[in-house]
Amino acid sequence: MSDTSENPAGARIAEIVGGNDVVLFMKGTPLFPQCGFSSRAIAILDHLGVEYASVDVLQDMEIRQGIKAFSDWPTIPQLYVKGEFVGGSDIMMEMFEAGELQQLMTDSAVKPAA
Amino acid sequence: MGMAADDISAMIKAALPDAEVTITDLAGDGDHYAAHVVSAQFAGKSRVAQHQLVYKALGGRMGGELHALQLTTAVPN
Repeated sequence: MSDTSENPAGARIAEIVGGNDVVLFMKGTPLFPQCGFSSRAIAILDHLGVEYASVDVLQDMEIRQGIKAFSDWPTIPQLYVKGEFVGGSDIMMEMFEAGELQQLMTDSAVKPAA
Repeated sequence: MGMAADDISAMIKAALPDAEVTITDLAGDGDHYAAHVVSAQFAGKSRVAQHQLVYKALGGRMGGELHALQLTTAVPN
């Protein structure tokens, strides 16, 4: 994790990640994803049926850059569960296909979608 | 501007010499690729750490020049 002097959005990102059990940083919104990878991530989360928050990085340049430094991960989308970085859409898909993402949500006692 | 499949493969192999790299040009447009990388150096590492090794090999191009690279990693059998 990076310190806030180098990453002005770091404190805001930490607050978002800490304040939501499941949060996806993405391009666009769950209803209107603006990128195929974000769309795939949303499809997986919807299929899992868990409650999640989303942050549209296209609306906030500081977060768009800051999130990459925060997790040392160069791409978006990025999924966080209970404060931990889980991965991007490829890892989400691999974990989903292996049943590991379902297990992670169960183990983390994540709320089902309303 | 995208990158050629051979360049992607060469950069990964420069950092992970034992790697078997399979690149698929998904859309035939030289811009949307899938890479499957198999390397013994992934052993014992989390998926995130495995992908980070590949991203580091690509030297900051991921997310920039290389917008759309679907990545899967594995340890040799």
